[in-house]
Amino acid sequence: MLDFIARRLVSIIPVLAVVALFVFFMLRLTPGDPAAVIAGDNATSDQIADIREKLGLNLPIWQQFGIWLGNMLQGNFGESFFFKKTVSELIAQRLEPTLALSICTLILAVTTAVPLGVIAAYRQGSLLDRVVMGFSVLGFSMPSFVIGYCLIYVFAIELGWLPVQGYTRIGTDFWAFLERMVLPSVTLGIIYVALIARITRASILEVLNEDYIRTARAKGLSNRVVLMRHALRNAAVPILTVIGVGVALLIGGAIVTESVFGLPGLGRLTVEAVLSRDFPTIQAVILLFSVVYVVINLIIDISYTIFDPRIRY
Amino acid sequence: MSKGGMKRRTFGALTAGAVVAGSLPARAADKVLRFVQNGNMTILDPIWTTAYVTRTHGYFIYDTLFSMDANNEVKPQMVEKYEVSADKTLWTFHLRDGLAWHDGTPVTSEDCIPSIKRWGARDAMGLKLMDFIKEFKAVDAKTFTMQLKEPYGLVLESLGKPSSNVPFMMPKKIAETDPFKQIDSQMGSGPFIYVNAESKPGEKHVYVKNTKYKPRSEPPSGLSGGKVVKVERVEIIEMPDTQQQVNAIIAGEIDLIEQPPHDLIPIMKADKNVQMVDWNPLGQQFVYRMNHLQPPFNNPKIRQAALLCIEQEEYLKATVGEPQYYKVSSAAFIGGTPNAFDAPDGLFVKPNYEKAKALLKEAGYDGTPVVLMQSTTLAVLTNTAPVTKSQLEKGGFKVDMQSMDWQTLVTRRTKKDPPDKGGWNVFHTFTVAADILNPISNTYMVAQGDKSWFGWPTDPVIEKLRDSYAKETDPAKAKQLAKAVQDRAIETAQYGWIGQWYGPGAARKNIQGWLKAPVPVMWNVTKT
Repeated sequence: MLDFIARRLVSIIPVLAVVALFVFFMLRLTPGDPAAVIAGDNATSDQIADIREKLGLNLPIWQQFGIWLGNMLQGNFGESFFFKKTVSELIAQRLEPTLALSICTLILAVTTAVPLGVIAAYRQGSLLDRVVMGFSVLGFSMPSFVIGYCLIYVFAIELGWLPVQGYTRIGTDFWAFLERMVLPSVTLGIIYVALIARITRASILEVLNEDYIRTARAKGLSNRVVLMRHALRNAAVPILTVIGVGVALLIGGAIVTESVFGLPGLGRLTVEAVLSRDFPTIQAVILLFSVVYVVINLIIDISYTIFDPRIRY
Repeated sequence: MSKGGMKRRTFGALTAGAVVAGSLPARAADKVLRFVQNGNMTILDPIWTTAYVTRTHGYFIYDTLFSMDANNEVKPQMVEKYEVSADKTLWTFHLRDGLAWHDGTPVTSEDCIPSIKRWGARDAMGLKLMDFIKEFKAVDAKTFTMQLKEPYGLVLESLGKPSSNVPFMMPKKIAETDPFKQIDSQMGSGPFIYVNAESKPGEKHVYVKNTKYKPRSEPPSGLSGGKVVKVERVEIIEMPDTQQQVNAIIAGEIDLIEQPPHDLIPIMKADKNVQMVDWNPLGQQFVYRMNHLQPPFNNPKIRQAALLCIEQEEYLKATVGEPQYYKVSSAAFIGGTPNAFDAPDGLFVKPNYEKAKALLKEAGYDGTPVVLMQSTTLAVLTNTAPVTKSQLEKGGFKVDMQSMDWQTLVTRRTKKDPPDKGGWNVFHTFTVAADILNPISNTYMVAQGDKSWFGWPTDPVIEKLRDSYAKETDPAKAKQLAKAVQDRAIETAQYGWIGQWYGPGAARKNIQGWLKAPVPVMWNVTKT
């Protein structure tokens, strides 16, 4: 197992190398000049050229890449072109809201979707099953910002139960933090719930036809025990897989959700950096997301061994 | 309280179960002003960047030697009094008593001189002023002189420039920072103090009242007069989503929005707790900028033909919509201001397509498509290019409109290449009216080839006129020179101006005192 983990961790390096190359060159080959953005609307060509030189953007592209790579290997992700902070500081500052949103969404999604999927499978063909599946199609089809605006309109503006936007750090005021996490987590979670519920239902349905389920029932075990201890556990592998794959959805969704709800997280930082062509920040954030995605999937792979002892690495 | 019966905190308490609502920390919101600007503020140096959000930040924490009042007249601010020698070359400035930096140390002449120099190294008006300056001298702690090589008619207009870049005064050590590098400190002498520890770019910027600030005794007027702060704290909340800004102000989570999009104004007007505030009566002007280096607009007759196609009201209807928020004005230096003159023959107001076609024929226009860059990500600009396309085509032009995001446009406009090799022929932008009130501050009037703004016009005649305007100390003669500059710009079709528009701010009804000025300033504002 340790070998497997070590091998997977080492395999992050080529992944990051490809991502780094791709992001670096793609940024510099697409239209947009951070120097022009920094200089402002009233700047002249000379002023822009001057800023380009100060930022090192007039160097040959390979040289820029070499400098960036060399710095990165020493743990220096550079300084943001705009914020006058190191990229590491910026990321550290924006990490909490994104982590909080992701964790809250994950908890909400898994605790909602898995039971829904199980019940839908158990009551296959019933009204409840159709409602759950219908909701799943709707949740997966609607863009998250539409869901967000609808929830804001109902719960924040009409009913006044929850805030429209903003973030309170967990250490500042836990209840205010929770209050501000409800709508964003539900917004982002709906898509995730839709996905997980569907896969859970399909997975459970497959397992419910197995002999050991029939045996468990024949032994007189209750439906709850049959479903939770035998069926769900054996259906866990595909469910875990979709949770892992869904991390990509979470990252993408966080970008939109943070912008809508004014959460000062990494998603919003990415949007701001892309719009202003803040190359060092974009590069570092995308690399970070890549690492997160790979590590999450490694954790998912490891967790298979807990649910299915037959799986060994 | 927002619509609906149940309070938010009650919902939180119910969800939590055992937690008593009273144990939740009370929001000390009464003296805190929450303000949303147009755009996020990432740079805090108002000399290094021309970004308007940073300029606004500058007005919180810095002060200026002079400032513009509500009648667009320049008045002393940090300066108590000033004298000009008989030959108009020696200016002596005396600072007011009681001026101090946020750390308590007094403001002195030794701070003001490098501050002016740093600003003068970056700003167009400042650069012009620096050309005329022979030397500065600190006479004593509160007095300094500025010796000019020859009389210059825009000394006060330069030092009292209202918008980017504003000649803010900074402590000597900070003012001596390379003008092409950002400053490290937010120390100023203004009515607010920036709270670094609580500010998080991308989230919010926090300012507290500078209790040691000594405002002038006069009532506030525009950017001048007494800057009396009537709240304890201002938070600039970064909120990029304009719909959310509207939702938040309706819900009472924020107090002011600098300039919401025009199409969302009816939603706020319908709410009994929100008012629209016309804080910037000068407004903005749309600009029509042509590339003088590439065909077809390298031909003055063809440029003139393009200007003949302009009908301002079409632009304003397509972008702003409501007539109460726009003004048709053929004045380059903003209608309703001292240098405003109407263009002749209804130019910019009534199109003359027949004359345009005749001019195109005379110029030998060969049908070269005009590459028109359309910005799609700045809401107020998006509809300008389609209007231009329609108008130019009526005038006999062939037009190739290319859509792109603003950052791409901003990059592409720096290119001097032919349009089919990544260059361009025409694009639109807008400018704050306060930035273009005279031929020197109006960057679009510069015609020095490569040193000009994008489009790179060259015209020694207009440059001579601008120089004469700068040197003229008689206001009446200066006004005539301003007219001559506008006339020349029309004659050579240097660029076009396609309408003035206004964007009111939004404020909760318990907010009063938002001053009419070219910049949204927060002194004098009260929150009850």
